Amino acid sequence: MKSSKEKITGAEIVIKALIEQGVDTVFGYPGGAILPVYDELFQQKKIRHILVRHEQAATHAAEGYARSTGKIGVVFVTSGPGATNSVTGLTDALMDSVPIVVISGQVPTFMIGNDAFQEADTVGITRPCTKHNWLIKDTNKLAETIHRAFHVAKTGRPGPVLVDIPKDVQFASGCYTKKKKVSTDFFKPELSLDPNLLTETVQRLEKASKPIIYTGGGVINSGEKAVNLLRKLVSKTNFPITSTLMGLGSYPASGDNWLGMLGMHGTYEANMSMHDCDFMLCVGARFDDRITGRIDAFSPNSFKVHIDIDPSSVNKNVTVDVPLIGDVAIILEELIATWEKRGSKVSSQKLGQWWKEIGEWKNVKSLKYTNSSSVIKPQYAIQRLEEHTRGHDRYISTEVGQHQMWAAQFMGFEEPNRWMTSGGLGTMGYGFPASLGVQVAHPKSLVINVAGEASWLMNMQELGTAVQYRLPVKQFILNNERLGMVRQWQELLHGERYSHSWSDALPDFEKLAEAYGIKGIRCEDPVKLDDAIQAMLDYPGPVIFDCLVEKHENCFPMIPSGKAHNEMILGEQTQSDNISDEGAVLV
Amino acid sequence: MSLNLKKGVNRQSAYNLRDPNIDYEAAHTLSIIVDNESGVLARVIGLFSGRGYNIDSLTVAEIDHSGHRSRITIVTSGTPKVINQIKAQLNRMVPVHEVIDLTLKGKAVQRELAIFKVNGTGNQRVEALRLADVFRAKVVDSTLKSFTFELTGNSEKIDAFAELMEPLGLLEMARTGIVALLRGHNSS
Repeated sequence: MKSSKEKITGAEIVIKALIEQGVDTVFGYPGGAILPVYDELFQQKKIRHILVRHEQAATHAAEGYARSTGKIGVVFVTSGPGATNSVTGLTDALMDSVPIVVISGQVPTFMIGNDAFQEADTVGITRPCTKHNWLIKDTNKLAETIHRAFHVAKTGRPGPVLVDIPKDVQFASGCYTKKKKVSTDFFKPELSLDPNLLTETVQRLEKASKPIIYTGGGVINSGEKAVNLLRKLVSKTNFPITSTLMGLGSYPASGDNWLGMLGMHGTYEANMSMHDCDFMLCVGARFDDRITGRIDAFSPNSFKVHIDIDPSSVNKNVTVDVPLIGDVAIILEELIATWEKRGSKVSSQKLGQWWKEIGEWKNVKSLKYTNSSSVIKPQYAIQRLEEHTRGHDRYISTEVGQHQMWAAQFMGFEEPNRWMTSGGLGTMGYGFPASLGVQVAHPKSLVINVAGEASWLMNMQELGTAVQYRLPVKQFILNNERLGMVRQWQELLHGERYSHSWSDALPDFEKLAEAYGIKGIRCEDPVKLDDAIQAMLDYPGPVIFDCLVEKHENCFPMIPSGKAHNEMILGEQTQSDNISDEGAVLV
Repeated sequence: MSLNLKKGVNRQSAYNLRDPNIDYEAAHTLSIIVDNESGVLARVIGLFSGRGYNIDSLTVAEIDHSGHRSRITIVTSGTPKVINQIKAQLNRMVPVHEVIDLTLKGKAVQRELAIFKVNGTGNQRVEALRLADVFRAKVVDSTLKSFTFELTGNSEKIDAFAELMEPLGLLEMARTGIVALLRGHNSS
């Protein structure tokens, strides 16, 4: 660093580094230890700040922003409670591989360790829930560290990072280091592709009689190229394809080869195909326990190929035959090239037989439910929402629970980055702030948060944010006055003892909307549902849609805990003895 | 309709549902080169405790002052699958530069240093000194009724010496944990 360089304050360095990183939006909440940065923020025009009402919401909003744009989400929080409130969002982002950078204020360096006001060991607390974090004690290292933080967040498997900046470091003067002057050698995940493994994969692919492609969020994280290559692979091989919750949209739901989502609440055809296949190509997914069901009965007869950028995902839950470590786009490109070079062969005849088998599973119509003319079935509500919004420039977020699964089952995603949901961590309260982050990034688009009333209440304070920034998000709340998924498990597993799984004091959502000066709509009649949804879509501002639904509906189909893919229970089936004692200990 | 939970008092752990893989657990000595920065040890230890891996022994010290590098030597045990997970998890940490599995790489020199304080008089004292000589332990401190020995060797040797000193008045001991390097003329 040249001493002749002009010195600026740490706070200025923060803003300058963010601008150089291309940041246009920050979600945050000010407080004592981050005030110098907020002062700088005030004196510039390039970065827009969205004031949330709780730091957790800032992190989820940043996640929504990141996942819908492919960019990095940025968050400002103050020390102590500001930082600890960001922990849930950091953990959520770590589990779902979402790149976010949290900048936290810290008490001045000379007070660290003294139990100062609003002091917390932020770096210690967030160590296990970030890819990496830094406490900066020298203003001269500030710019360099921020550039490094952005590099780590987006390199390899994306994820959250945190930079903790004591207040005196924000006030002190130091030199700015440009992005291009900062070496990225310190973090270079090793990726090597063995051509022999590619050839082996292709040989298996050519001979497969019962192939399946199982995709996950890694395809979307890799980007547009990966998505296009995946679609090409599917259309050229005519292989069936299914996806995890995180991967919805990488292959279009209207596509011919789409089997629907797999896993605990996936379709019968997807799970049966996974179980019976003889060749599995896993692309950017991680064999999560929601996907595999009983692990020792998971797809017993298949040759498994796993494409993943993170070597620690390979052979973690399921032992695979061929690991292909690297970016999905790069590996798919090589894979397709190798296959085409060898003549683009597939075992068409056997494949035809396989599709016939799949067709029979499809005929089971595992998503069917009994509709009602007197009460709105939650599935019906989502189907109508889908009907009214299909083809729109639309983004969907969800909270966590039954409504989330129904949204995944009944909404069709044609493109990637259109579906924001908390998969790995299962964070109730994710959806509302995430929808705000999405709307900030896409001001002209239709953004709907499909919610359950219990989850939604967890971050309902964000109504203030929606109103302040005129973010016309639609909060579509399936209100069953219950913690629906908890209730379902209590019914199936705990002798119908509904321990604390209902809310006795729900707000009047219409009046709540009114209190914030936005529109509230209540609907409890299936006949009036269409008009009500249309009214929601027609309203130019934020809407709380209180959709009163059947209170005791269960989400099916379902792989009960501790069961295999081919032991799914369907909605119509009797549910007794479906979960063994061993299964009961699983979540 | 539902499970009778009381029936399942003796309910098994969820882990029993996993493939009862007959993979045996084995000890592995991992040599990890890390940036010598604040918190790096906490990161590594946090990984082990957070994911439920074993630490049988751990040593850490700076080995390259100008390059700010430290070497952490960890002895851990697990099935081959778990050991591979540990290495993969370590490898993706930002301050970790290299993870070397000395157990897989071949023969490694593994040493521990231990200090023993043995109190005794008369024949006990003579016997302690005689055994120390057999083990090539050095006397590093002495009073009229005690010896303090320093012993270097592999863990079995340290264990054996401790066992012998026990009836001869072993008061307390301290040991470093294993440090290790690959044998031969190549770097690990």
